[in-house]
Amino acid sequence: MSTIEIKGICKRYGSTLALDNVDLTLEPNRIYGLLGRNGADKTTLLNLITNKIFPTQGEIVIDGANVLENDQALSKIFYMMEASLYPSSLRVKEAFRWSKEFYPDFDMNYALNLSEKFGLNMNKRVKELSTGYGSIMKAIIALASNASIVIFDEPVLGLDANHREMFYRELVASYSLRPKTIIISTHLIEEISEVLEEVIIIKDGRIILKQPVEDLLSQAYTVSGEAAQVERFIEGKRCVSGETLGKFRAVTVMECLQNTDRALARELELDLSGVELQKLFISLTNS
Amino acid sequence: MRLNFASDKPIYLQLAEAIEDDILKGIFEENGQVASTTELAVSLRINPATAGKGLNLLVDEGILFKKRGVGMFVAVGAREMILQKRKETFYQDYVMKLLDEASKINIPIEEVIAMIERGRVS
Repeated sequence: MSTIEIKGICKRYGSTLALDNVDLTLEPNRIYGLLGRNGADKTTLLNLITNKIFPTQGEIVIDGANVLENDQALSKIFYMMEASLYPSSLRVKEAFRWSKEFYPDFDMNYALNLSEKFGLNMNKRVKELSTGYGSIMKAIIALASNASIVIFDEPVLGLDANHREMFYRELVASYSLRPKTIIISTHLIEEISEVLEEVIIIKDGRIILKQPVEDLLSQAYTVSGEAAQVERFIEGKRCVSGETLGKFRAVTVMECLQNTDRALARELELDLSGVELQKLFISLTNS
Repeated sequence: MRLNFASDKPIYLQLAEAIEDDILKGIFEENGQVASTTELAVSLRINPATAGKGLNLLVDEGILFKKRGVGMFVAVGAREMILQKRKETFYQDYVMKLLDEASKINIPIEEVIAMIERGRVS
C-alpha cells in the first residue's frame, strides 16, 4: 500500500519548462494510465517519481517520505523503463537473479512460469533479444517484482497482438492476487482502456485531466446528423471536437447526457452515441 | 460471455447483463456458484474494480448473494427477478427503438405490425 504525492513539481531544461507546476496524488492499489502525446513529458514525470532526475522545484513524496536520494522510499517502486539498462551480456536468468537482490519479494517461480508462457528463452543474453522479447523480459521482471508501486513505460513496445493480450491478462491477474499501485504509460489506449481504473492526461507539461475512466466516459458523448441540426443541438454546450463530411456533422460533447438532450436529439433527428477513451484522448490533446 | 468495449453502455452494466443472460440460459443455476471477480476480470481483461462493481450491482438487486470466504452464488428466484426486470425495460429497449427506426425509414405502423405477425409464424 503506497501513496505517491507529487507537489508543485516543475522541471526545467535550460529555457524549456518540461513540467509546469504538476500536482498529483496517486492512491494505493489502483491502475493508472498516464497518457500523453509524443513529447508530452510523460517519461520526465516517471523519471522524477523514481528519482532518476531531480525536480527544479517541488517535491515527490511516497508514504510521507521525500524520494530525493531516499533508497528506502525508492525500494517500494519497480520502474520498467523504455530504455534497457541491463548489461547487454547478461543472460535473462541472471537478470532475474539480479532483480531478486534488489527486490526481496521478487517471485522467481512466477517469473519462470511467465517466461515459459511467453516463450522467453532464459539462456539468451539481453543483447540477443528482439525488441519484443526485450520488452517481455522487462515486463516479466516488473510483474514478478512484487513492489508496492510498479511503473510501466511503454510495456508492450514491439509485442505482437497475442503477447500484448497475454500481458494485459497477466497484469490483471497479478494485480488481483496482490493489489499494488500500477502506473502505465502507453500510446495503445484502446487496448488498455478497460484495464485502467483512472486516467491522467498530460499535455504541454501540465496535467489536463485526472479522472476515473468510467466517470470520464459517462460525461461525454457524440452527437451526429445533419450539420445545421447538430449546430442547434450543441448551442451552449461544451464541445471538444467535431468533424464534418458534406452536410453531415459529428461533435463530441463533454457533458452528462440528460433526458432533455435525448428528447431534443430525437426531435432534431440526431444520433447519440458513447465515446471511446482513445477518441476522447485525441479530442482533448489535439492542437 | 462477451462484452462490447465500443458500446456506450458502461462495462459494469454490460457485465451484469451478461451474467443475467447466463442465468437465464441456465449456464449459472440457482444456488450455483458464479465466477469470481478475479476470474471475470482476467478472462474479460477488465479492471477488477469494474468486475466487482458489476457483481455487486447484482448482489444489491438480490440476484446474487455472497458466501463469505467462498464466493458468489445465484439466489433462489433470481431467474424470475431477471425476467421481471427485463420485461420492464423491453418497451424502452426494443419497442421504442423499433418504432424510431421504422419512422426514420418510413415504414408505416401497420406494416411494422404485419412484420411482427410474419416473424411470429416463421
